[in-house]
Amino acid sequence: MYLAEHFVQPPQWTWYILFYFFFAGLAAGAYVLGTLLRFSGDPRDEPAASIAFLVSFPATVICPVLLTADLGVSWWKFWHMMVDVTPGDTGLNFKYWSPMSVGVWALVVFGFFVTVSAFDAWLGNRRGAGIIPMVLNRPFNVLGAVVAIFIASYTGVLLSVSNQPVWSDTWVLGGLFLASGLSGAAALLALLIRNRPDASFSLGRLHQADGYFSVLELALIIVFFITVGAAGTLAREVPWLPLWAIAVAGVAGSLVEARGHVRMQATGGSGTVAGVRLDTVVVSILVLLGVLALRAAVIFSAQ
Amino acid sequence: MATIKAGETYGFFTDTSVCIGCKACEVACKEWNQLQGDSPSFLADSFDNTGSLDAQNWRHVKFIEHVPDQSSTAGNGAAWLMMSDVCKHCKHASCMEVCPTGAIIRTEFNTVFIQQDVCNGCRNCVAACPYGVIGMNQQTGTAHKCTLCYDRLQGGLEPACAKACPTQSIQFGPLAELQQAADVRVAALHSQGVTQAQLYGRDDKVYGGLNAFFLLMDKPETYGLPNAENATLPSRNDVGGYLTAAVTAVLAVIGGLVAFRRRGMG
Ligand code: SF4
Ligand code: SF4
Repeated sequence: MYLAEHFVQPPQWTWYILFYFFFAGLAAGAYVLGTLLRFSGDPRDEPAASIAFLVSFPATVICPVLLTADLGVSWWKFWHMMVDVTPGDTGLNFKYWSPMSVGVWALVVFGFFVTVSAFDAWLGNRRGAGIIPMVLNRPFNVLGAVVAIFIASYTGVLLSVSNQPVWSDTWVLGGLFLASGLSGAAALLALLIRNRPDASFSLGRLHQADGYFSVLELALIIVFFITVGAAGTLAREVPWLPLWAIAVAGVAGSLVEARGHVRMQATGGSGTVAGVRLDTVVVSILVLLGVLALRAAVIFSAQ
Repeated sequence: MATIKAGETYGFFTDTSVCIGCKACEVACKEWNQLQGDSPSFLADSFDNTGSLDAQNWRHVKFIEHVPDQSSTAGNGAAWLMMSDVCKHCKHASCMEVCPTGAIIRTEFNTVFIQQDVCNGCRNCVAACPYGVIGMNQQTGTAHKCTLCYDRLQGGLEPACAKACPTQSIQFGPLAELQQAADVRVAALHSQGVTQAQLYGRDDKVYGGLNAFFLLMDKPETYGLPNAENATLPSRNDVGGYLTAAVTAVLAVIGGLVAFRRRGMG
């Protein structure tokens, strides 16, 4: 074991990147949840699944906008991510070992899945049937969910694949961002179900799923602190402890909600929650703030 | 110096033991490369007012001031370590490894060069360079660093900094020749009892070897250079990062399926 020493400059990835990580996590998390809800086989989960696919669309659309804005005056060269314009060596850019390179392609592919699934959900809501036949819908969603899992997690791996303090001192960021993105998406869906009473059947189930995601997130936060501590860069987290406190409060809120739901089931409840109560709204907002705070704490602690 | 030929590997041997901190290299570099420099700042705790390598400073004379608080006695003088820092033109270059646009290339002189028309300002290379070499030019929105005077080499001229250095602390030439010269120099210093003299980046322990390597008078960390143990490439974290994500994904999907499993219709 050795202590990591870093002599790097910070890349100044700040607000645009923070919000990109936030929306990418939510969009991808929502897509995964929509797919899982569909796999429950219970038609009463379909309204919530449709909300999930619908909400993943705007959350995805904003991602390339944020990434392009982050390039500053070179924004018009955003497409150089995909096409190498080096004279004499032109062609497509793809470096499997560079998460930024893979991530750009993954975002394009994810955009396709999200657009089709959101359109399908929108049509389904209006006409009662989407564009994709049911038999194809599930495999399509599974493929989309695999890409979504990549989108939710690669942002963390991208930070680690650097020589920055904190980021490169740990290997948990990919998993951590995925767990937190899923938890945030569950909270977002719980909030949106307010406007779709027919989706309230899934509310308790979303809380329960959020509980599992939050257990994972908590475990990964602990491993994050252990790995960063072992590398000797823990002191960089000290100024950001208030943000970590918000992130942990979000996790705690999710766990309390999930516990309430599991208890209700154990006492013979159907698992159906009649509607969205005030505590759900408060907890959901807290969880979403936690998702943002966690990413902010990680991003800013290295720079 | 002999003709500069494409296909040969060129570099710098920076011998810090003879650097006098005159900053002629910084000035020559700015003049040739038309770098305006940053607004002057007075750092007040050092003779170094450049601060660090960045988009405007492609050479930076570091002053490492080991001046003891108590007065020194005869023969026990305090040393200032000075070092003209620069892009190392690493054989295994972290910046090149992560650059998603292919803007960072290896030239016909085996140096590492950022193509300004290709770079789109993503700053992944800044996050990756372990030496803090690359800076962003806000006007052009692109990453900048030492080009090892690519344009001068193409014109058969040695880099401006090496030409200007009055003590030959910065030597330019074919890498093999520089390595031989460095071996002779470090052996001479050792024979004079200067046992702390050491070469950094001469062999392949650091990023497969550096085209711009150094003779140091203390351990690398003192100069703000990662030692061999810390000289790691960004891609080392690919496997661990993705593996953790994959395990998390499997557990999360199982959790989701359990939470959403089909229950009675009642
Ligand atoms: S010193 Fe930094 S910028 Fe120069 S080649 Fe090495 S990694 Fe790239
Ligand atoms: S800033 Fe430019 S040179 Fe650096 S990684 Fe991005 S595209 Fe490549």
